[in-house]
Amino acid sequence: MDWRWFGLKTTAHALALLPAVLLINNALNDRLGADPVAALTHQTGEWALRLLLLSLAMTPLRMVLKQAWPIRFRRLLGLYVFFYASLHFAVYLFLDLGSGYWSQIGADILKRPFITVGFTAWLLLLPLALTSNRWMMRLLKKNWQRLHRLVYAIAILAVLHYWWLVKSDIREPLLYAAILALLLGFRLFSHLKVRRAAV
Amino acid sequence: MNDMSRIPASEITPESVYLRRRELIGAGLASPLLALAGCSEAKEPAAVNRPKDSPDGFRTADTLTHFEDASSYNNFYEFGTGKNDPAKNAHRLRTLPWVVSVEGEAEITGAYHLDKLLKGMAVQDRIYRLRCVEGWSMVIPWQGVPLAEIIKRFKPTSKAKYVAFYSKADREQMPGMAYESIPWPYREGLRIDEAMNPLTLLATGMYGKPMPNQNGAPLRLVVPWKYGFKSIKSIVRIVFTDKMPQTSWNMLQPEEYGFYSNVNPAVDHPRWSQASERRIAGTDSKLFGQRIATLPFNGYAKQVAHLYKGMDLRKWF
Repeated sequence: MDWRWFGLKTTAHALALLPAVLLINNALNDRLGADPVAALTHQTGEWALRLLLLSLAMTPLRMVLKQAWPIRFRRLLGLYVFFYASLHFAVYLFLDLGSGYWSQIGADILKRPFITVGFTAWLLLLPLALTSNRWMMRLLKKNWQRLHRLVYAIAILAVLHYWWLVKSDIREPLLYAAILALLLGFRLFSHLKVRRAAV
Repeated sequence: MNDMSRIPASEITPESVYLRRRELIGAGLASPLLALAGCSEAKEPAAVNRPKDSPDGFRTADTLTHFEDASSYNNFYEFGTGKNDPAKNAHRLRTLPWVVSVEGEAEITGAYHLDKLLKGMAVQDRIYRLRCVEGWSMVIPWQGVPLAEIIKRFKPTSKAKYVAFYSKADREQMPGMAYESIPWPYREGLRIDEAMNPLTLLATGMYGKPMPNQNGAPLRLVVPWKYGFKSIKSIVRIVFTDKMPQTSWNMLQPEEYGFYSNVNPAVDHPRWSQASERRIAGTDSKLFGQRIATLPFNGYAKQVAHLYKGMDLRKWF
């Protein structure tokens, strides 16, 4: 057992869980303002998006630092993306709509583009979460990496989901879109560089 | 089994629930899946017992929104686009002196200090539902004067088919204006018969207190059968006109926000359903509050539906 890694991982888990703990604590103590359901929906969604971008930053970080450690946090971050996205979906399902309005979900998903893309992003996260263990990695071999490239589509859908739901103030979704463009641009750039070097 | 005595009563499942456990599990599993399969009709949710309004619509018996909620959760983009921004920033608004300019197609026009504008008018109490286009609603006790009474003082001419309203726009006092989230100054409008309807109120206070700045001090419109953004805040200009006035949200997104913007559960906002709403009322936690069905004209159909007779409300949304 490498105790240094154990400590780092534990810290990472604690940090990733902290927003959820604070949110739930605030919700149960009526500290989320006049519309706690809206606050919970919004904040669980934002944390899913933030962690998603953070997980996408690990590969560029490894290349810039020329060190391997960032990759060791990628799966952990990815699983918390799934955790917050699922919380987000659950809040919408159980607290916002509530069982009285579940009949509305089908129409919502089909008719509301921002819900369509949000739901699609969550669905696409499912196979990634299910195949995130070593055993599935070995089983899927090369296909594992192909499958996990879905994360790029998920990130784009997630930013779109946010962009399409705001009424007029697009500053925050724009910020996330810019960070995503930077992270994807970095990959594209390094990919082209590698290809050119190979020629 | 001494341990049994340590389980608090609150953790023991009531027998009635226990006996229905399979039903509950079944419902929990089946409903969303059925809905996802797209084979369910939009069902009327369990009938909510809605208290009655007074016949004139002036007072609803719905549970009031807590003052703290009504004064801390606001859309007033001149002070920021976050729901809490207005409560944080609106103290910078100077409401005294306050001058309202009355212009356009009327026999009497001019600029008036607020106290002169309202001189001799008895302040009336109203308790109205307020339905935001975002899908939440409140129940607020307002104090103010019927807009009709003010309008009569200025003797609008036959050309006055509409009334336009403009909010104060002062970048120095309103930090949210630094970002062009919406075309400034904020503007709204009503057809003259809508403006003359007894429900339409020019409010100067709420909950028996002077209007908080974040709620649109010192003078705001309250049009309870329309989405909240029609109820323009901190009014400085009123114009009688023969043309349908421009309105801020319509200028920004014409396909999403119409001039009329009457509350209508049958006409969805292009991006979300308007069939139901989250009611922010009472002092209990709203965490597990049930959605309620949105009513046509926000429950004021009896008082205002005649204004739109023969109009296709899908077209004139």
